[in-house]
Amino acid sequence: MQTYDLEANGLRGLNATLQSQSTETNQTSWEVVNPKGSHAIAVGLDAPIEVTVKGSTGYYCAGMNQQATIKVEGSVGPGVAENMMSGQVIVDGDASQYAGATGKGGLLVIKGNASSRCGISMKGIDIVVHGDIGHMSAFMAQAGNLVVCGDAGDALGDSLYEARLFVRGSVKSLGADCVEKEMRPEHLEILKDLLDRAGADSSPEEFKRYGSARQLYNFDVDNAATY
Amino acid sequence: MCGIVGLFLKDQSLAPQLGNMLTDMLITMTDRGPDSAGIAIYGEESGGATKVTLQSPNPKEDFAGLAEELGQHLGAVVSQTDNDTHTVLDVPAGHFEAARATLAEIRPSVQIMSRGEMLEIYKEVGLPKDVAARFDISSMSGTHGIGHTRMATESAVTTMGAHPFNTGPDQCLVHNGSLSNHNSLRRKLRREGVVIQTENDTEVGAAYLTWKMMNGASLGEALESSLEDLDGFFTFVVGTKDGFGVVRDPIACKPAVMAETDQYVAFGSEYRALVNLPGIEDARVWEPEPATVYFWSHNDSPTTTEKAA
Repeated sequence: MQTYDLEANGLRGLNATLQSQSTETNQTSWEVVNPKGSHAIAVGLDAPIEVTVKGSTGYYCAGMNQQATIKVEGSVGPGVAENMMSGQVIVDGDASQYAGATGKGGLLVIKGNASSRCGISMKGIDIVVHGDIGHMSAFMAQAGNLVVCGDAGDALGDSLYEARLFVRGSVKSLGADCVEKEMRPEHLEILKDLLDRAGADSSPEEFKRYGSARQLYNFDVDNAATY
Repeated sequence: MCGIVGLFLKDQSLAPQLGNMLTDMLITMTDRGPDSAGIAIYGEESGGATKVTLQSPNPKEDFAGLAEELGQHLGAVVSQTDNDTHTVLDVPAGHFEAARATLAEIRPSVQIMSRGEMLEIYKEVGLPKDVAARFDISSMSGTHGIGHTRMATESAVTTMGAHPFNTGPDQCLVHNGSLSNHNSLRRKLRREGVVIQTENDTEVGAAYLTWKMMNGASLGEALESSLEDLDGFFTFVVGTKDGFGVVRDPIACKPAVMAETDQYVAFGSEYRALVNLPGIEDARVWEPEPATVYFWSHNDSPTTTEKAA
């Protein structure tokens, strides 16, 4: 286990060190102490390492992640795991605005609540929120899965493309072109897998599925495989 | 951008450290706005007199013998405490409007920063650390206070364009965001007799709340109606003689974090601003909901009054 004191040694040193780990590194386990709400902690990583942040962070934690598993033992500010490509980001506390925005892959788990615009423009990432999410979540979401074990706020899935939205609790309102859809066996399977991997104990049968009514954009069934 | 900090003490044993804690919080927010900074402190009650905080670009000339001269005009005893470009006058109750009129005559370059029984506002162009140092904010004590560091968008970078804004007795407001209907609202409020000194959008927000309260609304009610009547982006933190409130517009893109312990309620634009507060590790930390009014008062039992608008 390597320990990095962010307060003593600075942000650039942390990210340069973590970014320089190759896929064959022996230093697979890192601990970041004294994060004190700092921005851009553990961004741009591209190695199968495990990073644990011992406290709450500010903006853009774990952005652009590839391969790494980043765990935050606290809450995160706006834009956690933005544009994630692969790997995992796990937040023990709450997440502020636009968690997992534009993510293309990997798994983001938020054990508390996420606020507004969670999963905005997501492009393939999987997001599991144990608590509630705020308004305008999954706005223009293109691909991937957003799983919410609590409630969703206003205008869920506005202008949605082909992302799947699963909500266990209530939805305050659906956004334009977002509708409730039938939960088929393949969806229950996807959901079960995500809930297991996210350590959520909800049962897939308790969820409802929401998706695009495909009235707002030029959907052609011949292109369905692209999503 | 802009950075906001606020601290409302439940445990008055922390009162001597209020200025120090607020200064530390505000300096942490410097990179959210380096144009100008200001702090509103609710300190010792003046025992019925009105504390009038003044600012002058020429403090030496303007503040020399000011209390005495003003007192002669008013036929009352006025005292003054100078602090760099600011001075705090103690004007006997009932003389404020006369004092304002007299000041405009005898000291035309002097600006009124605030008035009230407890409130003092110190603000200037410059970085939070420099502004806080020149007024020695760290040494000030009080029951609650609000700080702001500005990245100007809607009006010029001047002392008068800095936050907090005071438009009624012991009321102050700071703002992160921008209002888009401030011109029409300013005209309307001026017609109603509310004094608005600048072309700044935030001052209109403050004046709006003052006007609502002049017409019988509580601060909580005024904040709720602001959600209807103000157009634009805002996270507001407001102070009154015994209270402290927070409201965000329904879009809520301007950041806000709150923390509450048995000792205090704290506000920061970012969590970074709160990390050095005592007991923050065990505080309840949350993001205030959009279009929801939060209010704490020393008058009530110290509990959250949350009401969906």
